[in-house]
Amino acid sequence: MIDRRHIGHTLPPFQVEVEKGRLRFFAKATGQTDPIYTDEAAARDAGHPGLPVPPTFFFCLEMEAPNPAAIRELLGMDYRSLLHGEQGFSYYTMAYAGDTLTFRQRIEDIYDKKNGALEFVVRKTRVSNQQGELVAELRCVTVVRNQ
Amino acid sequence: MNDRNLAMTHATLPDWNALQPGDALPPLELPPISRFDLALYCGASGDHNPIHVDIDFAKSAGMPDVFAHGMLSAAWLARLVTNWVPQLAIRSLDVRFAALTHVGERISCTGTVAEKFDREGRRSVLLKVASANANGVIKLSGEALVAWL
Repeated sequence: MIDRRHIGHTLPPFQVEVEKGRLRFFAKATGQTDPIYTDEAAARDAGHPGLPVPPTFFFCLEMEAPNPAAIRELLGMDYRSLLHGEQGFSYYTMAYAGDTLTFRQRIEDIYDKKNGALEFVVRKTRVSNQQGELVAELRCVTVVRNQ
Repeated sequence: MNDRNLAMTHATLPDWNALQPGDALPPLELPPISRFDLALYCGASGDHNPIHVDIDFAKSAGMPDVFAHGMLSAAWLARLVTNWVPQLAIRSLDVRFAALTHVGERISCTGTVAEKFDREGRRSVLLKVASANANGVIKLSGEALVAWL
């Protein structure tokens, strides 16, 4: 069982620069054909200052953490027993290529079901931009299948 | 909301008054998932878990084959919504991963208006969204909240 004392634990904040090349690659990989996500002129014509960060790409940026396995290691979770159960995003302002985003991760909850056969780790991440504005909040539920 | 957002006044949203619970969004139909799709998503997303691209690794982990990243399907659900409204109007997107999405499956993303409400002068709709294979097996389900400025 994962030690419940980790509930409320916060990880050191980290910063990620949003690169437009990555955004274009992500658009290609997700079949996105709307030119505002790949063509800066089209983005500007639509009122954006640059290429927008699409809704789920914040999850990808979060994986740019200095140690993406930090929570797994802290909680002693074997990645072979993990499933991504849920993923949520709340949006407060748009983010764009060239922004430097700060990610603040917190272990929001740890609980179990089926007498511990399944454990759930809820991580919440606040994302803010270089102006200090809150951009998005992410909620990730990881499921641990215990034998 | 800062001035970056206010600059987008031309955004085209559907007429909130005309929307009714049960209204369907135009569906997003994806071509059958290929291994190449998974390789592209591996690189573009930064999710380098080999279980999605390396069949030898997948088999060593007890899986018959590689399978799609859940977040690739989540990105398709986001496309379903951004095809319908400008991204700025999306207040939240929440998805649950119900079943693995396999190579060769033809995925459809669908959305319907579940609720329509006006809270403190902000007109909104709650969408139910889902991705499913050609047999109707639900892979992801979730909700998106869309607000009119």
